[in-house]
Amino acid sequence: MKNKLIATRTAFGEALVEIAKERKDIVVLDADVATSTKTSIFKEAFPERFFEMGIAEQNMMGVAAGMATTQKIIPFAVTFAVFATKRVCDQVSISIAYPELNVKIVGSYGGIPTGKAGATHQAFEDIAIMRAIPNMTIIVPADAIEMKQAVKACIEYNGPVYLRCIRCDTPVIFDENYKFEWNKGVTLREGKDVTIVSTGMMTPEALVAANILENEGISVRLIHLHTIKPIDKEILIKAAKETNCIVTVENHSIIGGLGGAVAEVLSENCPVLIKRIGINDTFGESGSLDDLLIKYGLNAKNIVKETKELIKKKLR
Amino acid sequence: MENFVESREKLIKNIEKKANIIRRYIIEMISNAEGGHIGGALSIADIMAVLYFHILKVDPENPEWEDRDRVVLSKGHASAAWYAALAEKGYFPKEELLTFDHINSRLQGHPDMNKTPGVDMSSGSLGQGISVALGMALAARYLKKTYRTFVILGDGETQEGQVWEAAMVAANYNTDNLIAILDYNKLQLCGETNTIINIEPVIEKWRVFGWNTIEINGHRINEIVQALEEAVKFEGKPTIVVAHTIKGKGVSFMENKVEWHSLAPTKEQAKQALKELRHSNEKGF
Repeated sequence: MKNKLIATRTAFGEALVEIAKERKDIVVLDADVATSTKTSIFKEAFPERFFEMGIAEQNMMGVAAGMATTQKIIPFAVTFAVFATKRVCDQVSISIAYPELNVKIVGSYGGIPTGKAGATHQAFEDIAIMRAIPNMTIIVPADAIEMKQAVKACIEYNGPVYLRCIRCDTPVIFDENYKFEWNKGVTLREGKDVTIVSTGMMTPEALVAANILENEGISVRLIHLHTIKPIDKEILIKAAKETNCIVTVENHSIIGGLGGAVAEVLSENCPVLIKRIGINDTFGESGSLDDLLIKYGLNAKNIVKETKELIKKKLR
Repeated sequence: MENFVESREKLIKNIEKKANIIRRYIIEMISNAEGGHIGGALSIADIMAVLYFHILKVDPENPEWEDRDRVVLSKGHASAAWYAALAEKGYFPKEELLTFDHINSRLQGHPDMNKTPGVDMSSGSLGQGISVALGMALAARYLKKTYRTFVILGDGETQEGQVWEAAMVAANYNTDNLIAILDYNKLQLCGETNTIINIEPVIEKWRVFGWNTIEINGHRINEIVQALEEAVKFEGKPTIVVAHTIKGKGVSFMENKVEWHSLAPTKEQAKQALKELRHSNEKGF
């Protein structure tokens, strides 16, 4: 299987330009990272609709909020995920989420891949932070195809959204027939022994793991959640009932992200054994992407290992 | 010319009356709510009166009118002054002011744009309103609209770094449709502003950040009128009106007293305060 490789940040930048050709209400604000977040593509296409805000993210979120109060502009406020969430948490909460303003916050460089920048630039808790803020929708697309549709969908939705992009090239797993459904999980594979729930760039990796497990005779259900909030409870409860154990996989801390959200839903509705794979409550570090993914257990090999252990535990 | 002077005098007198009514409502609301930020509300009563009864192009019948001038109360804790002005302008019944700070009220402790007609932005976390106002100003330009955006800042609030981020960016974009008003009452929660963290030299700071500055006495109606008229006409730069004010202005025992930052007057104190403002509260609203 040879998948095309595209970074979701690039897909995001391109999608925005495509849609903005038809819609004059879309503007972009960026905090001096446009060449990295790929809003540079938008800047080139629509210079009069691109607002450079400089290295001042708190102000950027407020400016986006002010623009959105007109209800005639849909601002995309874009920067690195660490800044778009941690640094401006109160601005996002008070100036955007509380008044329910139609601002799209885009966190680029989600999780591990930051081009060796290390801990200060690795967003491991962005989803957890945004999840705790009322009125916030959180979308973490798996690949370039889904990203393009997600950008469109969040423009059609009236309200604050946090959209997470990835720096590195990741496999394209969906084809052009794929249909992004708002707030709905995607079952990529049916199975009965275990369910793997993944999000973002970990979904392609989980697919690889599921294939390995199937070859070893384990029947794996694979669910991709592009939307962490609001979470598709139904698909999770059904999976828990039918497979009796769940593995979650995310390029994010195991606290408060996908794993946390799944555990919350299932412990209240259908308690089963859960193994959360993700960043284990630690800061990151520099290193090559492959070395980092191996060290932090975000690879197919580790997903296979943990899934087998969980099934053993279930049968005990 | 004589006519102009006469009508001007009439205008000033009228605004003074409105400011007095705003002060009365502030006292009645906060006393009734047994909570609220009275000192900083009284210090902006005259500014609110000039905005709502002379400067702003707004329509209380149509608070969402897309071409209206915008107001952001960045020092959101002074909400009582805003609600008083909005009620007097006719955005909602004056009787509703008595629900201020009560459960299920449209009049929250800090402004909520989705609850209160006429409130253009929610605020309460200091330093954020000026960025939002800048966004409104940039939006006006992008949408080719002529509305102006006014933002009221507290003096202590300018200790927030975000204020200076916004100041720098506003100057960078030459947003002359953005007008800030600094309520320089020299007091903040724990004491004297310039003892807690010195914000001086204020005028020079804003000037080097690229703003047009106007310095006035924030309780002289004619000065406020003139400053804001000048500010809206000024081209090429955002303007800040630095208004020297007195916290608790209008009530002798509250003036310049830090404890009245957030303290509700007792019934007796409220009566005394209203008497000083030549109001009797027997009829309530």
